[in-house]
Amino acid sequence: MQNLNKNNRIVITGIGLTAPNGNNLKEFRNALLEGKSGLEKTEVRYMGEKTAGFCDFDEIKYQKKKSRRRGTRAGSISIYCANEALIDADLNVENLDRDRIGVYLGITEHGNVETEEEIFQLHQQDLNTKTWTPHHNPRTVANSPAGEVTLNLKITGPHYTIGGACAGGNLGIIQGLQMLRLGEVDYALAGGISESPQTFGIFAGFDAQGALSHNPENPQASIRPLDKDRSGIVISEGGAIYVLETLENANKRGAKIYGEIIGYHSNSDASDYVNPNTERQIECMEKAMKRAGIDSNDIDIVNMHATGTGAGDISESKAINKVFGNSIKTHVNFTKGHIGHSMGAAGALELAGNIPSFFDNLVHPGINCKNIDPECEISNIVLDTPKQVDQIDIVLNNSFGMLGINSVVIVKRYTKD
Amino acid sequence: MTMTDVKNVIINIIKDIAPDEDVSTLDENVSLREQIDLDSMDFLDIVMELRKRHKIEVPQEDYPKLATLKSCVDYLFPKFSVS
Repeated sequence: MQNLNKNNRIVITGIGLTAPNGNNLKEFRNALLEGKSGLEKTEVRYMGEKTAGFCDFDEIKYQKKKSRRRGTRAGSISIYCANEALIDADLNVENLDRDRIGVYLGITEHGNVETEEEIFQLHQQDLNTKTWTPHHNPRTVANSPAGEVTLNLKITGPHYTIGGACAGGNLGIIQGLQMLRLGEVDYALAGGISESPQTFGIFAGFDAQGALSHNPENPQASIRPLDKDRSGIVISEGGAIYVLETLENANKRGAKIYGEIIGYHSNSDASDYVNPNTERQIECMEKAMKRAGIDSNDIDIVNMHATGTGAGDISESKAINKVFGNSIKTHVNFTKGHIGHSMGAAGALELAGNIPSFFDNLVHPGINCKNIDPECEISNIVLDTPKQVDQIDIVLNNSFGMLGINSVVIVKRYTKD
Repeated sequence: MTMTDVKNVIINIIKDIAPDEDVSTLDENVSLREQIDLDSMDFLDIVMELRKRHKIEVPQEDYPKLATLKSCVDYLFPKFSVS
């Protein structure tokens, strides 16, 4: 382990999430263990029936209807997750220095949903731009989802989003950790969110790339990561926001600790707009472990990015085999078979799904891989049913995105010194 | 369209813009902002919905005429009559 004092050791003390198959960590974890899918058939504007993942959390549990109307789906997901995370961490913002709370949310994109809808409405109004909503700009500025959290919770510390394509969720966590280590804030609400399936453009874009799954008749089997008969990505929404704080602060207030973030890394492929780069993925995992002061033999679970595309699955499988091929105790799983690709939320959400492993010592399975692609053969991959092991101490979470953005976060079971 | 119809049009717009509010007990002679949670952006939305749904324009200098339900009806009734 790297040599850090308690002020620099960052721990997770609260988790709020919504996924297509669960609206809190317990529901989500149970669904992952039970192989419960959250995918469904949906009608996509201009495109017809597609498969997607939608969340069914109560939008007005923490938000007024008017605020929901003013804001965005991404903001609503963020508000729900942030409130749930604070409650889970046993924190009440009213008792905290609101200026010392930061909100850092990873996103894949933002503004597509609102812009598409407005243009659609504009066409219903004979292209009269005087009917364009005055809410367009506040809804589409890039900080909008994080800003909605601060409006909702009256947080006056810093807020912004981190645009990281599908690596965004991990990057939100990394940003929160860094701001805590710099002493900029006392608490970070950090993670990732996505509203992507609300926009047809994302579906059409993946379709144009030949990367969109086509199986609305059997939505729950639409996305098949690592399967030789995979047909592509299923787009989902979701969110996961963590309460992060220093170990010293957590101990001082007697907080429950889910785990400690001991390593992370982010790098760039610098090779292609959309195709992944195995060497840079290897480098990202190795540098994250180096930062944590551990090696591949210390990792108990690797959660793959595994989107269900040929290029992505094969590149990552090669990278994992290179890094963990000789690591006997490392188990490998993936999450998108259950929930689809939750884009900016994926990194944070998928990490959350594996964190209960520190308490139940189960590796949740990846589902929908029935005939593994020979190029994706990975020893110790966990498919279909959970695997019980003696003890799980360290989880490594991969999240990669377009333009060649890679991110890795490593979380360790917390044990008192 | 009668004055009652115009009043109902306005109430229905306010219902959509301020969905948390009870608009069934509005006093038509008292400022809307004193009775329900409406801010300047909400009034922009009311103007926008009048434009989109009924092709009625409310110039900025006339916004104060939307202060109460009664002033809204008095101001908008002639516009509905010619629209």
